[in-house]
Amino acid sequence: MTDFEPKIVAFLCNWCSYRGADLAGTSRIKCAANVRAIRVMCSGRVEPAFVLRAFELGADGVLVLGCHPGDCHYAEGNYKALRRMELLKRTLIQLGVGEDRFRLDWVSASEGDRFSHVVNDITEKVRALGPFAAKEESKVA
Amino acid sequence: MPKLQVALYWAASCGGCEIATLAIGDKILKLAEAADIVFWPVAIDVKYADVEKMPDQSIDACLFNGAIRNSENEHMAKLLRQKSKILIAYGSCAYEGCIPGLANFFNAVSILENTYIDTASSDNSGKVIPRTKVTVPEGELEIPEFYNTVKTLAQTVEVDYFVPGCPPEESTTWTALEALISGKLPPKGTVIAPAGTAVCNDCPRIKHEKKIRAFHRPYEIIPAPDECLLEQGLLCCGMATRGGCGAPCPQANMPCTGCYGPVDGVRDQGSHILTAWASIIDSNDPDEIKKILDGIVDPAGYAYRYSLPDSMLRRARVNP
Repeated sequence: MTDFEPKIVAFLCNWCSYRGADLAGTSRIKCAANVRAIRVMCSGRVEPAFVLRAFELGADGVLVLGCHPGDCHYAEGNYKALRRMELLKRTLIQLGVGEDRFRLDWVSASEGDRFSHVVNDITEKVRALGPFAAKEESKVA
Repeated sequence: MPKLQVALYWAASCGGCEIATLAIGDKILKLAEAADIVFWPVAIDVKYADVEKMPDQSIDACLFNGAIRNSENEHMAKLLRQKSKILIAYGSCAYEGCIPGLANFFNAVSILENTYIDTASSDNSGKVIPRTKVTVPEGELEIPEFYNTVKTLAQTVEVDYFVPGCPPEESTTWTALEALISGKLPPKGTVIAPAGTAVCNDCPRIKHEKKIRAFHRPYEIIPAPDECLLEQGLLCCGMATRGGCGAPCPQANMPCTGCYGPVDGVRDQGSHILTAWASIIDSNDPDEIKKILDGIVDPAGYAYRYSLPDSMLRRARVNP
């Protein structure tokens, strides 16, 4: 499918990753335009249900980005995210969503280039996989 | 006052919900005083054709248990919806898909091939699997079509009330029947069990701050009798499961498996169970966290044991 543009939902923490995305913009770093950013106060606020809801509503991939371990504004929020998202990732593999449509990663406020790299990477991986087709469940065998 | 006309039906279910209906004990006499049972395949001889002949809306209430996984289930769901004023999804299968819903980890072809060809005990050299239609010398025979995806009752027809449980506890069943008999019905769409409390609220075990460093399976440890099972590393779903059952499982040393479904305000019970488990891991080290999570052998199967068809993704994406 040549005209497929993946829809990627990205949950970005207010203190690091959202500012990293901002820096990518103000530094005019080229970045795939497939991301729909949702700002949350902390990656620890992201419940597995948010990720599933994004897939249900038509996302082809989901990113959760937070501060690097040790740098969390709330001290431990990103560790909470790490525990939950690792378990969610295993569950998504069992549910046939696969490994490459979902990613938890760390982007600090000074890493505009890293933000761009993470976004481009998941966009290309999901592009290669094709649409997720949450609503076309009957067509999925 | 004329007697209530009540129907009971089973679709894709195990029969446990029929037993649960009888578990109300001598209260069944009160039900018999107030209601006539017009259709109940497990107990009385009324054929599908008799139901088809009943006038529309002539059944006051139908307790429908079982999920929808073949064309017969779907036909009966639609027929009983048409004939009933009130349709109640009774039990976890009709409400959320339950154990038959675990078929949504696979597809119809792989289930049939596994059941009829691949099982070690099958002698099926001709690789015969059931077909919807077959012609024999006497004519054409037909069996219901086996669907690829198990659905809940509410995903098939409009449902008025939900009674949770695998099977529903006696008190929950009676709450629903009493509401029917007295005519004091809650708003449409109500799940007939306490709204805002989890199984932990019913559970008498002592709870502390939860921090654990290893998960165990029930056969691996002998749990302390009065302490929270989850704090001892057993995968208990009570934190993310609707209460009202009285927590009989934890009181019998078995962790809650989640059969009463999500509490009000939650759509995807499984993801909340996963959240509860992951949040209590007492480690910040990525490798150690992964090692501790290895103790959860089958997270999707365990967290979505009763609710996969009713979950946000509804089924696993599997290759044809």
